[in-house]
Amino acid sequence: MSKNTEFVKFDKVDKSYDGKVLVVKDLNLNISEGEFITMLGPSGSGKTTCLMMLAGFETPTNGEIYLDSNPISNIPPHKRGIGMVFQNYALFPHMTVYENLAFPLRVRKVQKDEIDKKVDKALSMVSLSGFESRMPAQLSGGQQQRVAVARALVFDPAVVLMDEPLGALDKNLRESMQYEIKHIHENIGVTVVYVTHDQGEALTMSNRIAVFNDGKVQQLSSPDKLYEEPVNSFVAEFIGENNTFGGEVTDISKNVCKVKLQNGEILANPISVNSKGDKTTVSIRPERALINPKDKMDNNQTGKIEEVIYHGDHTRVRLDLLGNKEFILKVPNSSNELDLKLGNEIKVGWNSQDARALDPK
Amino acid sequence: MSSETKQILTTDGIPLEISLKKAERKNKIKAFLLVAPLLLFLIITYIFPIGEMFTRSIDDKMITNMLPKTFKSMETWDGKELPPEEVFASFLSDFKILVDKKEHGKLAQRLNKEKNGFNTITKKLFRQVKRNKIDETQSIKEQIMKVHKRWRNVEYWQAIKRTAPPYTSAKYLKAMDMYLNEDNKITQVSEDRRIHRILWLRTVEVAFFVTVFCFLMGYPIAHLLATLPMKYSNLLMICVLLPFWTSLLVRTASWMILLQQQGVVNDFFVMIGLVADGNRPEMMYNKVGTYVAMTQILLPFMVLPLYSVMKTISPSLMRAGKSLGGTPFVAFWKVYFPLTIPGIGAGCLLVFILAIGYYITPALVGGASGTLISNQIAYHMKTTLDWSFASAMGLMLLGGVLVIYWLYNKLVGVDNIKLG
Repeated sequence: MSKNTEFVKFDKVDKSYDGKVLVVKDLNLNISEGEFITMLGPSGSGKTTCLMMLAGFETPTNGEIYLDSNPISNIPPHKRGIGMVFQNYALFPHMTVYENLAFPLRVRKVQKDEIDKKVDKALSMVSLSGFESRMPAQLSGGQQQRVAVARALVFDPAVVLMDEPLGALDKNLRESMQYEIKHIHENIGVTVVYVTHDQGEALTMSNRIAVFNDGKVQQLSSPDKLYEEPVNSFVAEFIGENNTFGGEVTDISKNVCKVKLQNGEILANPISVNSKGDKTTVSIRPERALINPKDKMDNNQTGKIEEVIYHGDHTRVRLDLLGNKEFILKVPNSSNELDLKLGNEIKVGWNSQDARALDPK
Repeated sequence: MSSETKQILTTDGIPLEISLKKAERKNKIKAFLLVAPLLLFLIITYIFPIGEMFTRSIDDKMITNMLPKTFKSMETWDGKELPPEEVFASFLSDFKILVDKKEHGKLAQRLNKEKNGFNTITKKLFRQVKRNKIDETQSIKEQIMKVHKRWRNVEYWQAIKRTAPPYTSAKYLKAMDMYLNEDNKITQVSEDRRIHRILWLRTVEVAFFVTVFCFLMGYPIAHLLATLPMKYSNLLMICVLLPFWTSLLVRTASWMILLQQQGVVNDFFVMIGLVADGNRPEMMYNKVGTYVAMTQILLPFMVLPLYSVMKTISPSLMRAGKSLGGTPFVAFWKVYFPLTIPGIGAGCLLVFILAIGYYITPALVGGASGTLISNQIAYHMKTTLDWSFASAMGLMLLGGVLVIYWLYNKLVGVDNIKLG
């Protein structure tokens, strides 16, 4: 049986709180069954609002949301059967871990022994067996987080929503929880809609990422595509690091275009430019530009080293290149033969394929 | 030397504990000096008056000082038959001193309280003493017994003996409509004279229902206050606090204007045809008035602690409850409500304790069936001037409040109270 690719469907959804500003504009989004999709965007971009509309705590101003082909706008939250993990976990502080997990089962009138079984299973899934009688306040942040995840999954919901669930954890814990949630998703195959503003988190965990800005989905694609092939300068800027040049297209063919900068000219990959004279922002990932390239590359420039920052596994070099004083290079620390000294002039090359000419900023 | 008993020394070789104490001493003195004015104030205005109240309520030294010799000689008397000659002699000697000081009237009054009939026989004895009719060379017992037949009745001598201790529980018993009878047994007063017990029960009843009404009305208000956006909740908060800032007397008076038979509320009822003009219900000078006015006046004391607790409850908890499948009611009852219990406890305790000692409002709008024990206390303070009785009732009220506090601590736990 093929999976339903429109398991969750946002159909032309608009949302406004005050009747003046649209926080979500004409959202069309299909989420297939069993998918891990992340809504990524800066704060105020409308991603949490989308999640709240799906959970039922906000109603769309216009349009409809479908869950398994049923419109759900008029179904109250408690009848939607959607699990949710909240930003601050929202564990019930007056109940033990067991009671927290049993809550969704008890309100569904599940038999006592069945509840015990399910709670057991859910707790072992997040490796917290034996914590049943603890109160939430007696748990560490990471443990509370896992209880919250277990609680959202214990009643076998079709969809689980997660609203920046790792925001309050420290870096190491956040990373290990990312993998843990990812593995849980892989094991039980539930559909997950995840909201975050942390791009690293989004890239690690998701099948697909929807980048939100200004109430609109800017790009919806898999993590690697999002990183390698951003469709506009916002996505390029928001995901990962990025070197940009602003300029004007002077010549364009199918696969390559010439962009005239303030002081120089480079070759780039035309993505969102169509004709001569278009303004554009050219975006190059730091790791795509190489120092003293051995292979032949069609962009070769010389830059002056402005700053060298040691980062453990790699060294970041800031160059003044073609008038851009913020041009960043990442040099792996295994290659020691380079002479990275302040003020040195070095050769830098990249392929025009990796220099994406996007919309102007 | 084992390591446990070894003293830990600082780098200068002074024992650590001493060094620590030295370092902390200055701060401790400073801290004490800061609280000293308050402590002094509390002692003068609170602890001392309560102690004074307590001694006053059990004080019975007056008669002990009047008849020192009598009581001394009575110590050996078993109290079964008439006392020996010696007791009569010392009683006469005490009595003569009282007559000289013109204090025999007070004695008669006090003894009469203990047993009816002392007034007459003390007066008779007084006349005999005044005329020097009693010959101290003869048997004093015989002569006193001749003054009045009641002096021959052992019950009267027993009554005198009962007044010997300098302390008495009579006022407390009286407040419970009871007294010590001739056999030193606690007895109830006759049914038509039991007024205090009714007042106590009514006080508890009014305090209880006022607390319930305050809770029923305050809970939704507090919830609204805690969940509304700031600009509306501030306005609502002012509405809650505004009566709080108005004088208690003014508020009570305005309730009188509203509730009286020709008052605003009654006029309105007549206008909308709810009641006939000639049949206006009495809403004041009875319990209804007391309930209405006290509930309104004490409402902020319920709302504020509830509000401060509700403010700390994250709205995502209710959302979590709903998203996990609980209906709004289940989410409220299983998640929100249990978390507000500390506020409910604090609010109810506060309102109940304030209500149980409430005075002005019941005095003004309560009428005969709406007055409370505090009004009775005031009555004895101002009108009968029986301060020891008023003190006894005041202390019983205080004791009652402490019992409630203790009970609350047992049931809910005082640590769970949250006042803000």
